[in-house]
Amino acid sequence: MKIVVTSLFVDDQEKALKFYTGKLGFIKKHDVPTGEYRWITLVSPDEQNGTELLLEPNVHPAAKEYQSKIASEGIPATMFGVEDIHKEYNLLLENGVKFTMEPTKMGDVTIAVFDDTCGNLIQIIQQ
Amino acid sequence: MNWEKDAIFKALSDSTRRLILDELTERNELSLYELTVRLIMKHDIAISRQAIAKHLSVLEDAGLVTSKRKGKYRVIVFNNEPLKDLLKGWIE
Repeated sequence: MKIVVTSLFVDDQEKALKFYTGKLGFIKKHDVPTGEYRWITLVSPDEQNGTELLLEPNVHPAAKEYQSKIASEGIPATMFGVEDIHKEYNLLLENGVKFTMEPTKMGDVTIAVFDDTCGNLIQIIQQ
Repeated sequence: MNWEKDAIFKALSDSTRRLILDELTERNELSLYELTVRLIMKHDIAISRQAIAKHLSVLEDAGLVTSKRKGKYRVIVFNNEPLKDLLKGWIE
């Protein structure tokens, strides 16, 4: 069994698409109209046949509450891996991305957390 | 402000709580998540987020920790005021 798609609730699909492709450099793989919303998935430029990230519209009240509650405590919604966290951190900062946790060495790994502007905090990790 | 001495000594009696104050001293303010990560990954403590929240409420009762809203986020801040005159009568 493989993980084919993993999803993330976003408050605005179009805004999220711009942020995730423009600022984070992911590539759009699918964008299919499904009634009121769209089925939008992204892949990493390094693994275009790898796991897809689904940008899911956050319309359920329970999902909204969950999303804002965990974000307010600084808890990331998901985690992405990076080669060089300091390089990535500086690049994102230059692009106006706001961090809630700057790169912090924790044992063998270094992690940082930023705001995706769509309701989530995202953790990046260099292993 | 007259801090309750018993509550302060109770708060300081636990090594994890003292470590929380160490981390807050180093960073000034932390989110619950960042504090949790630091305790678990940096100090290798096996602790749940709920347990940390409990420790924080003991520290809060002693007036040593406050939480404030920062936009969308909540951050935890160390208040060392109650410690300032704590041992005064004994060491002067």
